[in-house]
Amino acid sequence: MSESLLELRSITKTYPGVTALSDVSLSVARGEVVGLIGENGAGKSTLMKVLGGVVAPSSGRIVIDDVEHARLTVPDAMRAGIAFVHQELNLFENLDVAANVYIGREPLTGGPLRLVDTARMRALVAPLLARLGVDYRADTPVAALSIAQRQRVEIAKALSLDARVIIMDEPTSSLTITETNRLLEVIADLRAHGVAIIYISHRLDEIKICADRVVCLRDGRMVGALAREEIDHARMIRMMIGRDLKSLYLPPQRPAEPGGCDVEALRTIAFPDRQVALSVRRGEILGLAGLVGSGRSTLARTLFGIDPPLGGSITLGGEPIEVRSPRDAIARGIYLIPEDRKRSGLVLEMSITFNVTLPDLWRYARLGLVDAGAEQKTAEIQSRRLAVKTPNVQTPAISLSGGNQQKVVLAKWLAMRPRLIILDEPTRGIDVGAKGEIYALMRELADQGVAILMISSDMEEVIGVSDRIAVMHEGAISGFLERADFSEHNVLQLAIGQKLHAAAEA
Amino acid sequence: MGKKELGLVLLILVIGAVTATINPRFISAVNLVNMANLIGLYGLFSIGEGLVIITGGIELSIGSMFALLGVVFLDLLVERGIPWPVALGAILLGGVALGAIHGFLITRMKLQPFVVTLCGLLIYRGAARYYTNDATMGFGYGNEGSGTLAWLTAGRSFGVPHTFIALLIVAAIMAVVLHKSVYGRYLYAVGKNEEAARFSGINADRVIAAAYMISGLLAGLSAVFIVFYTNSVSPSSHGNFYELYAIAAAVLGGCSLRGGEGSILGIVHGTILLQVQQNLVNLLGIPSSLNFAVMGTVILAGVLADRELQKRRMAAVANMGAKAARPAAAVAA
Repeated sequence: MSESLLELRSITKTYPGVTALSDVSLSVARGEVVGLIGENGAGKSTLMKVLGGVVAPSSGRIVIDDVEHARLTVPDAMRAGIAFVHQELNLFENLDVAANVYIGREPLTGGPLRLVDTARMRALVAPLLARLGVDYRADTPVAALSIAQRQRVEIAKALSLDARVIIMDEPTSSLTITETNRLLEVIADLRAHGVAIIYISHRLDEIKICADRVVCLRDGRMVGALAREEIDHARMIRMMIGRDLKSLYLPPQRPAEPGGCDVEALRTIAFPDRQVALSVRRGEILGLAGLVGSGRSTLARTLFGIDPPLGGSITLGGEPIEVRSPRDAIARGIYLIPEDRKRSGLVLEMSITFNVTLPDLWRYARLGLVDAGAEQKTAEIQSRRLAVKTPNVQTPAISLSGGNQQKVVLAKWLAMRPRLIILDEPTRGIDVGAKGEIYALMRELADQGVAILMISSDMEEVIGVSDRIAVMHEGAISGFLERADFSEHNVLQLAIGQKLHAAAEA
Repeated sequence: MGKKELGLVLLILVIGAVTATINPRFISAVNLVNMANLIGLYGLFSIGEGLVIITGGIELSIGSMFALLGVVFLDLLVERGIPWPVALGAILLGGVALGAIHGFLITRMKLQPFVVTLCGLLIYRGAARYYTNDATMGFGYGNEGSGTLAWLTAGRSFGVPHTFIALLIVAAIMAVVLHKSVYGRYLYAVGKNEEAARFSGINADRVIAAAYMISGLLAGLSAVFIVFYTNSVSPSSHGNFYELYAIAAAVLGGCSLRGGEGSILGIVHGTILLQVQQNLVNLLGIPSSLNFAVMGTVILAGVLADRELQKRRMAAVANMGAKAARPAAAVAA
């Protein structure tokens, strides 16, 4: 292998209670395209943050041009020529292309007046744009550009910084096929000019086309590498999975029955031209797996009345319903435990009691006045039932741990009459003990005849907790799995949009 | 009474004691009655402003509403000879209607409260001036019909000005609404975290619009009280800056402009503090030209002191939480 430009040696990053990266080593040579793969939560983002200087590793060395660093700062990373093209683009829509490329380091004129030399800035940007073969100009406002075009602006910015390593994080997740092909051409051209690229993607096809080498992260460890000629789908998937899952499964006490929630031809704002069809039976836990951005959360928000449906039908208990607002959903017994519990699940500054009774406050009121005793009693009963660790129910939610906060969010809904409960990443950031309690509670609810839809990116959770799994891919359900067919391999196959049988042969 | 309100009471007492020592006239009956009267007048609409501020919004048009509703009221009562209960009802309804318009523009048209109510400030002032051709309107002679209303608004019982009694009644009602009712709970929830409130099935738009309507109602009520206090309305200056007094009282009383915080008792105390400060400027012989400067300084000092207290409290809460929690929330997903 040619001389390495950048090398990570035994990088470890631990957060309290969690090891995000463990002994990861990686080297990147000039003009090399390294494909980085791994499941959600495997540690890819943390690794890239270490490279960008955003996160300091707990131990390990970063070597750039034969100089060792214990950590990088953001300016260090920039000086070393490490540039990012993010999943979410970080551009100023109100400025033009040239201003975005040179943001923070504008060429100046006018001496002490420090005016921006717009003409020179545009002249500097124009050749970069020409090199990328774009169809807009340096003075085009970014607001007028499509996502693919904006991405090219980010690349131009990287080039203007004399980037030697460009990290692309899911660069094609919102691109069309033509745009993707164009991006792959740009990557080939950059490589020919000696720029190294770290290409993070779930789209194995693209990796196969553009990567010289593939490395795989799993649970924070580097678990394997493939040379150019070894890259194929089956090998990559095998690397991404392949750990033993602990059994979390609590079998149902009684069989699931129809009459839960049936969704047909539902179109959501995230993927307006895709249709979702799925049914959650009473008494079952349906796991909803899929990659980040596959439309799972939007489906949840649509069922709960936050995002408007663009078409299709929802049936609850055999009766067609319309959900226009969370109020409608709640009135029918559809409850959502949202992904971001601090922002959407709780009013953090309010007490446990106030949070628990908020969705159903009228039940505790007489003549519009809240009966403080009644609501406190409910909060105490629920917080005992869920074993919320707190001195009392007057404690503000903000002072609870993540697991206990999530229990309070659950308590909100358990004090009511649930028919369908949607949990979006129910145990993210929650410690193992509380996780087990939440799983047990989900099972208890299911056994009471509630239909449970659990969105999760945690493979262990999806496979361990669900009675059935639906997998979503780009806004549609790409397949259902019964327990007998549960495997990381199968879930992943469906999540990246491949048919199960095709994979078995590959 | 929370710690915040207790602090305010102490501050008022200390300032009062110092002023009384320097100039004993501060605690004379005449001065106290006069102050109570002003506290009543300003407190009424400050409570409305406080509700709006708790939603995270702002109401800038109160002073202009006073001018517009004031001239309309005088026109109805004096020029057209409409019975006072009807005229009073019309003004209260007018206030609610203006608040409803603000609420509609803010929640349905998604305009910023500052912009909506700033436009209200300009429009109502202009409308009031046009309505009377910029002329001052007064009661003139011979309107015995409104004698009852004049007594109700500007009179006294047992030596206590009716404005102050009105404030006590309104404050008591609003304290129940804000601190005991379902609506009050919703108001705080929406002000603190609108998204979580929506996710709990609360119709946040309706809660916010209602706050502007209540503020409008109290502005209408205050408009009538103020007309009887000033006895005339010069539409170009009547009620100028009053919305700023209200905002100052609410902020001094512990409302955060970020929303979700504040209490009726706090707002009333904020009003008292402001009036005591005004009075003190007069009694201590401080040049009245400095009045605004003193007021600004008092508010600034109050808010700074409150921020320090808040920081200490947050630190206490964080310590409490740190014991229970070993947050794994920092983990990159």
